Amino acid sequence: MRNLMRDERAWAVLLLALAALVPVVAPMLGSPATVALATRIAIYAIAASSLNLLLGGAGLVSFGHAAYYGLGGYVVGILYAHYVSGEPFLGVIPGTNDLLVTLPLAILVGGLGALVIGALSLRTAGVQFIMITLAFAQMLFFLFVSLKAYGGDDGLAIRRVAPVLGMNLRDPATLYWICLGLLAAWLFLMDRVSRSRFGRVLSGIRQGERRMAAIGVRTYPYKLAAFVIAGMGAAMAGALMVNQARFVSPDMMHWTKSGELMVMVILGGLGTLVGPALGAAVLVAMEYTLSGLTEHWQFIEGPILVLVVLFARGGLMGAIRLISGMRGRGAGALPAGELPPRHVQPEDRAVPDLPMRPGAAPRG
Amino acid sequence: MTPGVALLLEQLLNGVQLGVTLFLLAAGLTLVFGIMGVINLAHGSLYMVGAYAAAITATTTGSPWLALLAGLAAAAATGMVVEFVVLRRLYARDHLDQVLATFGLILFFNEGMVLLFGRQPLFVNVPEGLRGAVRVLPGVDYPVYRLLIIAVGLAVALGLYLLIQKSRIGMLVRAGATHREMVRALGVDIRLLYTLVFGLGALLAGLAGLMAGPILSVQVGMGESILILTFVVVVIGGIGSVRGALFGAVLVGVVDTLLRAYVPGLLRQVMAGSEADALGAGLASMGVYLLMALVLLAKPRGLFPAHA
Repeated sequence: MRNLMRDERAWAVLLLALAALVPVVAPMLGSPATVALATRIAIYAIAASSLNLLLGGAGLVSFGHAAYYGLGGYVVGILYAHYVSGEPFLGVIPGTNDLLVTLPLAILVGGLGALVIGALSLRTAGVQFIMITLAFAQMLFFLFVSLKAYGGDDGLAIRRVAPVLGMNLRDPATLYWICLGLLAAWLFLMDRVSRSRFGRVLSGIRQGERRMAAIGVRTYPYKLAAFVIAGMGAAMAGALMVNQARFVSPDMMHWTKSGELMVMVILGGLGTLVGPALGAAVLVAMEYTLSGLTEHWQFIEGPILVLVVLFARGGLMGAIRLISGMRGRGAGALPAGELPPRHVQPEDRAVPDLPMRPGAAPRG
Repeated sequence: MTPGVALLLEQLLNGVQLGVTLFLLAAGLTLVFGIMGVINLAHGSLYMVGAYAAAITATTTGSPWLALLAGLAAAAATGMVVEFVVLRRLYARDHLDQVLATFGLILFFNEGMVLLFGRQPLFVNVPEGLRGAVRVLPGVDYPVYRLLIIAVGLAVALGLYLLIQKSRIGMLVRAGATHREMVRALGVDIRLLYTLVFGLGALLAGLAGLMAGPILSVQVGMGESILILTFVVVVIGGIGSVRGALFGAVLVGVVDTLLRAYVPGLLRQVMAGSEADALGAGLASMGVYLLMALVLLAKPRGLFPAHA
């Protein structure tokens, strides 16, 4: 039993089981709106967990993850718009409002977007990588702002959603259980990935890319594969969010959304299984609570983020481990000689031909 | 001179003017990054603080000189406090922590400005004596105030060159960037140096903000739209290189301005007016990011990499 408690997977199963009870418990407590909030949390948890594969898994700081989240959302929105107008998209693809079609298509489009952007961006590293991923996300953001046919700045509303396998998506509890099920499936996949050979290579890249290259691993295809998987996860989350909010707008791709997803990962615990989901829950709940208290909640949230970064290293999962002595995939469970996230050999920070901290000399 | 050429010249000057504004921000950002290795997303907030302080002072006292002083002082002081309280603890951290903490600072500063001054944009008049236009070439009139911005930006570029290459403090800055520990071992207070460099960067950001006030409206969020462009400039120019920041800034400023001026017009020849305007604005906004991606793919360290 004690061993079970120490395993992060046991915690994941327990938390998901508890979360499944939310639609049952919430009406009893007289707050049915909680289900919608919990749905948003589950969706953000998928997005944050997908970003964690890059940040915590491979050590790739992508600052444009909202691009794939938004792409997934727009697949649903655009197909719905064509379903309403009756005109096929690009004259070939008929519109639809069926989640069984739009969700896989969103995942596919998100993966393709990540493949193209990742293939180009991964030629750089370090700060340049952070900035080029941001640049591509901004390009997509401005592209969708300018597409007046799909609402431009104002976005698209989605009104009627077809039932999925007889389930009515307009029912908050049904939608919530679908999102939670997909979150569970996603976390299972992430757990499998992290224990696979692929996951071990990613971990090796994070700890020292030069060493991985030195032992004969071509790192680029592994990084690109991680980038594509992460993009697909984010696109799935985006598609679900559009079904939940019944609305899609370029705001989904705004760079602050990428920042928010990063905050969730760090807040919960970089490189952990449950951490990103916990971070999503805490951030969404915190924003909800603070925005109920004051219109100026960001004035409080900002300093909280700074404090978390400065003093709560390892995030919530780090704090939980510290208290409970739990061993997950964190430092305690690592094989001898392996470095936990954050502890990177200074000389291994990036491929050798790029300027890294401590930085380069200024020139006049 | 034909109207077409006159328009092109005017847009080119507008591009250079946006470019020097970007340079003032990029110079601080690239110095802070090159020397301390910190990605400071809150640099745009310092620009906003400078703009607000100058705008408020200008409307209450009516004196442009007091507004200038207030803008510079507020930005530099805010910058040094931020360095002392938050960023100092982030020098040894990785980029992820720096991005997040300074992201938190942006939320704090933006909402703080809303609390203090509300969401309504402030409008600032161009100081008297700088209104009106001069004839820069036959048939081309250009506002005096914008010419002044260009002149100030170029003067700052020259001053920075002299400061970094010729002065003792510049020597310490260069030494601190390459051999931090050695400089400290020689008895230089490197933390004070960092605070000073950060203060200088903040001062330049404030200068950019207060000069932009009469051209743009002063509002919450003005820092972020220009911050991302500034990062594009820094990355294109080569991180840590002030010379690269100048070239990158003028390049980005001119490209962005020309695309915005001409793309909607070109599109309007093939599609309906309002759609052409929207799509053109979007494509023009994408242009600089495309430029950056192309530069990085060709030269992953930027055009003027420090330590070439």
